[in-house]
Amino acid sequence: MKHVFTAILIAMSMAAGLVTQAAEKEVTMGFIYVGPKDDYGYNQAHSEGKAGVSQLPWVKSVEEASVAETAAVQETMRNMINLDGATVLFPTSYGYFDPHILRVAKQYPKVQFLHCGGLYTEGKHPANVGSYFGYIDEAVYIAGIVAGHSTKSGKLGFIAAKPIPQVLRNINAFTLGARSANPKATVQVIFTGEWSMPVKEAEAATSLINQGVDVLTCHVDSPKVIIETAERRGIYVCGYHANGAKLAPKGYLTGAEWNWSKVYTTYAEMVKSGKTLAAGTIPHLVRGGLKEGFVKCSDYGTAVGDAAKKDAEAAKSKFMDGSMVIFKGPLKDNAGKEILPSGKEYKQQDLELESMGWLVDGVVGSTKS
Amino acid sequence: MTSESMGWWGVLLGVSAGAVRGGTPFLLVSLGECLTEKSGKINLGLEGTLLMGAMSAYAFSYKTGSPWIGVIAAGIAGALMGAVHAFLVTRPKVNDIAAGIAMLIFGSGLAFFLGKPYIQPSAPQLSPISLGGWSDTAQIQAALKISPIFFLGAGIAFAMNWFFRSTRAGMHVRAVGDSPAAARALGISVERTRILSIVAGSALAGVGGAHLSLFYPGAWTEAISSGQGLMAVALVIFSRWNPVHCLYASLVFGGAQAVGPALQAVGVSTGYYLWNASPYILTLLVMVATCSPKRTLVGAPGALGASS
Repeated sequence: MKHVFTAILIAMSMAAGLVTQAAEKEVTMGFIYVGPKDDYGYNQAHSEGKAGVSQLPWVKSVEEASVAETAAVQETMRNMINLDGATVLFPTSYGYFDPHILRVAKQYPKVQFLHCGGLYTEGKHPANVGSYFGYIDEAVYIAGIVAGHSTKSGKLGFIAAKPIPQVLRNINAFTLGARSANPKATVQVIFTGEWSMPVKEAEAATSLINQGVDVLTCHVDSPKVIIETAERRGIYVCGYHANGAKLAPKGYLTGAEWNWSKVYTTYAEMVKSGKTLAAGTIPHLVRGGLKEGFVKCSDYGTAVGDAAKKDAEAAKSKFMDGSMVIFKGPLKDNAGKEILPSGKEYKQQDLELESMGWLVDGVVGSTKS
Repeated sequence: MTSESMGWWGVLLGVSAGAVRGGTPFLLVSLGECLTEKSGKINLGLEGTLLMGAMSAYAFSYKTGSPWIGVIAAGIAGALMGAVHAFLVTRPKVNDIAAGIAMLIFGSGLAFFLGKPYIQPSAPQLSPISLGGWSDTAQIQAALKISPIFFLGAGIAFAMNWFFRSTRAGMHVRAVGDSPAAARALGISVERTRILSIVAGSALAGVGGAHLSLFYPGAWTEAISSGQGLMAVALVIFSRWNPVHCLYASLVFGGAQAVGPALQAVGVSTGYYLWNASPYILTLLVMVATCSPKRTLVGAPGALGASS
């Protein structure tokens, strides 16, 4: 009898040993990108975030680039879970969410699915799905201030992929930033209809420059072609997603960049300490801006003047202390309709802003396809 | 530079300059396809060849610092892709459509795989030939900076026309494409003629890729061709297997591509998806307008698509 007890004790202590070992085991994180991971754009920003979190000794990370927003991404997710043992997945492209993540998440309730930018709805979507995004419009607003100061023609250009809320929010923030510096500035928008279409992006940049636009910015997956076209034509450009200063040493003003390694590190720590989305210990919606370190601004280029720097820095410090509001009344859209009356405002956290369907006064363009 | 606005003139300028800028890859690929099809075989894989050309041109320009070495590398890469296709389709009972689709997927996959390290670096670009010195408007000067590859392609279009019409070798290609049995009876090697036509045609498509990565838009990315190689195949039918018509058709397609962005730049923002689709709509319209139930397409090589 005594022997049996000893045996059980030994077995139990061994099991406990296994458990502690398991807890100290590495966290395996899977990252999926829609395009190549060194495209000076959206995918590079996420890949840099992955590289950042991989420096933690207990994080094991796998990644796959150029995965289409089709059943292919479901296959990649299943492979990462079954073959690589990933317990947290970051499928980063907008189009991965519905139906792909939602479908796979139902099949693997123990895996955490974290999607960049998607709008998680409690009750409607599986409990092991969450979404994170940065208020990059704060950095875009600052780029707008610099652009407004730098333009001579008062005409700014914005090359956008599709009229979805995230894109419209950036166009609006850029315009409001520019008009805070130069109330007469207008922003001409071109929608290319695709996230990555280099020929059309170059064509759009050329058309805008021909119309007298002298500062360009964009919201497409890879701004490389646009930044290079602007530099070749001798105009200014503000970057997006990642730092593009190397592509335009003369004309690069500043840019809005992601800082995903900060976000991914926070998630890795939450998962390591046993927290889950389903239990509610990892929040389903994670958002942050300049203050939280989710986004940052590129260093100012050589062409940026002192007045521009002063205004931009002033706005930046107001973002850092939380007193800055980008969308505040009185605010009209570019068809003259009132968005916000005087005295009202949308705070960054307002979900209204994540379903934005309007362009502010000063934007030349329309969201109608 | 002047920063004045061009208004509606900008649309006209954008479309005409876009015709040359954007039409050049169409031109080279369609000339390559024209030569291939004249010999009686179809090469649907030129989209993959275009990508291989774009990638090789960028990689070699970056490594050697000379964009012209990049152009030559693109031609060689294209020729190699063509050699594989030619080997496949000159085997008996090999369907050239199926082989072409396989080559399309193989070529783009290979280009994406080998091109991974070249997405980020900036390669030296081909210097343009400037014809706008007479104008003091910055926009016109910029629009008249024309790709050397365009002049190359335009020259080849006329040369190829002369080749088919007035040379012995050109007649051999036509004979092989129209009636392989008759050509064989004349003592022409069908296989050799077809292999040479396919290899030369693919080399042209590869050079078209060099325009994409080394001139306009001037970067190597996986989305750089976005179907232009496939459209160029349709363009050959559109231009009735005539190389000079390929030049005109390429300009029309290039211009159609620029219509959407140029209109949005002057504030016409409704229906841009429709405008962006205009090259495809144009293809359909021409196809419908020129088709006839009574006869086969004028100019089509007689043995095109036959498995002999």
